[in-house]
Amino acid sequence: MREIDELIEEAKGGSHVAFEELVRLTYQDTYTLAYRLTGDEEDASDVVQETYLRVHKGLKKFRGDAQFSTWLHRITANCANTFLGRRGRSRTDELPEDSAIVDLNPQVDPAFRADVGDLRSQLTDALRTLPPKLRAVVVLRDIYDLPHESIADELGITESAAKVRLHRARKRLRERLYPLNEEGTDDGEVEARAV
Amino acid sequence: MRCDDVSVLLAGSADEIETLAKPAAQHLASCLRCQAELAQYRKLLRVMKTLRTDLLSPGEDLLTDVLELVRPPATVHSLHGGKRVSGRGAERRRAYIGGIAAAATAAGAGAIVLATRIGGSKTHLAS
Repeated sequence: MREIDELIEEAKGGSHVAFEELVRLTYQDTYTLAYRLTGDEEDASDVVQETYLRVHKGLKKFRGDAQFSTWLHRITANCANTFLGRRGRSRTDELPEDSAIVDLNPQVDPAFRADVGDLRSQLTDALRTLPPKLRAVVVLRDIYDLPHESIADELGITESAAKVRLHRARKRLRERLYPLNEEGTDDGEVEARAV
Repeated sequence: MRCDDVSVLLAGSADEIETLAKPAAQHLASCLRCQAELAQYRKLLRVMKTLRTDLLSPGEDLLTDVLELVRPPATVHSLHGGKRVSGRGAERRRAYIGGIAAAATAAGAGAIVLATRIGGSKTHLAS
């Protein structure tokens, strides 16, 4: 498999074969992000198509200052935001139960993965219940590591608004994952006291 | 500083705790409740990072549709035995062209009707 940087350079030089290879290498990742942002298979597919159209048109502008994946994620986020805005809806659709999830990199820290298996599943559920505006920010920041500034740019909001949404999203996720018990304390607090 | 005040800050600063203001950091250093909350946020963020490597499987047509959208028209025929693939991208493109054609036809028809009416009223005035 050719290096992605090599493919980018060839595609920028007009090679269609190289561009197609780039699509093949990245479309699952792009789809996953689009799906996490839109919460719908059909919408995610439309966002992916729009994303690659923009990538195709704008590849020559990609200077390589950031990683290609980061650039692609930003375009995907922008397309998803435009798409959801055009629809003018606020969806909290749940991901279908039968959505096949493939672990891209299963060898990474398997002990930690096993340890947090339940939490991962709960977190995935909790993410589905967030309003799209909050979900977009927390997905882009905490899963895809995009800086606040880029998130704000792609979602068409100010950086401070992006930070506020991130606070809210994280708070809701924590409250969902660590609900208060009957005494008004949470599990973490009990654990901390026990130590 | 109270726990509620620090709690508000923790949600945003869990991944960059060094940015906490001094009063909040001092409270955190001596408060088990806030330390527990911070630990929860940190675990939450760590688990979020593990989701990055999970990939969802899109429908089988998606790759074909995307490739067709970005492929130069000439190669579409040669790669598919003279037949154009009928993905949603192609449908969308056809719908777009159809829409433009329909709009142009409607505009032309409107112009003819308008011209006829103006011509008719001029005839009335002249007579």
